[in-house]
Amino acid sequence: MEVRGLRAGYGSNEVLKGVTARFLEKAVTAIIGPSGCGKSTLVRCLNRMHETAPGTTMSGQVVLYGRDVLSLDPVVLRRHVGMVFQRPNPFPNMSIFDNVASGLVLNGIAGGRSELEGRVEASLRQASLWDEVKDRLRRSALGLSGGQQQRLCIARALAVSPNVLLLDEPCSALDPIATARIEELVLELKKQLTIVIVTHNMQQAARVSDFTAFMLLGELVEFSATGTIFTKPSDKRTEDYVTGRFG
Amino acid sequence: MTRHFDEDLEALRRRLLEMGELALRMIGNASRVLEGQDESFGRAVGEDEELVNRLHVEIDDECLRLIALHQPAAGDLRLIAAALKVNTDLERIADQAVNVAETGAFLAKAPRAKLGDIPRMVELASSMVKDALAAFSRRDVELARSVVARDDEEDRLKSETLTKWLSQMQKDSSDVQRGLDLILVSRNLERIADHATNIAEDVVFMVLGQDIRHSAGKAQKAP
Repeated sequence: MEVRGLRAGYGSNEVLKGVTARFLEKAVTAIIGPSGCGKSTLVRCLNRMHETAPGTTMSGQVVLYGRDVLSLDPVVLRRHVGMVFQRPNPFPNMSIFDNVASGLVLNGIAGGRSELEGRVEASLRQASLWDEVKDRLRRSALGLSGGQQQRLCIARALAVSPNVLLLDEPCSALDPIATARIEELVLELKKQLTIVIVTHNMQQAARVSDFTAFMLLGELVEFSATGTIFTKPSDKRTEDYVTGRFG
Repeated sequence: MTRHFDEDLEALRRRLLEMGELALRMIGNASRVLEGQDESFGRAVGEDEELVNRLHVEIDDECLRLIALHQPAAGDLRLIAAALKVNTDLERIADQAVNVAETGAFLAKAPRAKLGDIPRMVELASSMVKDALAAFSRRDVELARSVVARDDEEDRLKSETLTKWLSQMQKDSSDVQRGLDLILVSRNLERIADHATNIAEDVVFMVLGQDIRHSAGKAQKAP
C-alpha cells in the first residue's frame, strides 16, 4: 500500500502537505511524530475514514495493489484495510461472539452457522483472545478488560480477512501488560498482514516495527528501517525527536 | 528543550575523561620506571590502577542505569554505547601500564641506549591515547582518524623489536632475560596503541554512526 503526494485537511487547515510513502507488505510500519503532525489523518486516509468527517479535503493518491482507493467502494475497501482505534470500541449491545461475527454478517461473508462459528473462533485465536473468552462467548463484550476489549476489536477487524491493518495508538488506553500482549500480537500478525501503527510511544515503535516514518507539521521527514531511525537518523529533526529534545 | 538527561551524559563524559587522564598518567609513570627513575613511580602506577578499576565499575553501572532509565536513542545511544567500550579500553590500557611498570622494574638498570625503540613506542602510544581522549572530548572525527592511522607505526616498531631481540638472544644467551622483557614491554605498548585505536574508532561511531572497525574505509572523510 502506498500514498503519493497525499494532501488532506479540515476546511482551510491543511494537515497533510504532500506525503509520499510506501508501506511494505507483511511488515509493520510505525508512524511517529508530535501531536498534530498528521499521523492519524494519514492512516485515516488509507481506508477513507478521513472523508467521513464533514468539511474534510483530500487530494493525491492512496494506492492499494495498484488501484487508487478512491475508485473503490469504501465498504469494500474497509474489508481489505481494517482499523483499530485508540480506545477499545466493542459494540456495547452485542455479545463477544456477535462483535466478531458482525463484519462477516454485514458483508455476507459467512455462509452457514458452523462456518460463522469457525471464522469467529479463528479470528479470536488470531487475536490471542480465544482461550480467555471461549467459555463466555455469549456474554457482553463490555465485561472484558480494556486490553481484552482491544484484542476483541482486533479480532473483529481480522474476521473479514483484511490485507492491511491500521492501528491508531492501539495501546494508549492500556496498562503495560495489556500493551505487551498487543505488541506480541502485532509481531505475530505481521506474518500475514501489512500493519501500519500510529504511536506516541517511541519504545513501542522501536519494539514492534520494521520501518518507522517520522512526521512533523504535516510532512514526512524521514522514512527508514526502524533500527536506523533509532540509532543513526539522517535528519536532525528526527534525531531531536527520538532523543526527546522536542515534541 | 533542555534535558536533565544531558547533564547525566555530560557527567558520564567527564568521568571517562578523568579515567583517561589517570590511564595516561600511568603510562607516563610506567615509562619513568623503565628509564630507571625513582621507584616511587612504580608505586604510583599501582595506586592509580586502583582508582581506574573503581571508575571502571562505576562507569559501567552508570551506563546501564542511563540505558535502563532513559531508553536512549540515536546520538544519545551511540554516546553511551561508545562510553561502555571506551571504559573497557581505558581499563585495559591501565592494566598494560601496570605490566610495563612491573617488567620495567627488572629493566631499570639497563642503559637507555639498550631500550632501543621502546622510548619511541612509549611516546607514540601516549600520544595516541591522549589524542583519542581529546577526540572523544571534542567529538573530533578527523583527530580520531589520525589516531587510527598511527597504529601501523606502533605495530611496525613492535615487530622490529621482536625480530631484533630474537636474533640477539640467539647470538648471546646472556641477553635472553633482557630480550624477553623488552619483547614483553613492546607487546604491552603495542596493545596500548590498539586500545587507543579502538577508542578512536568508537569516536567515529559515536559522532557519525559509522562503524570503521575491520574495514578498509578507515581513511574515509566525514560527510
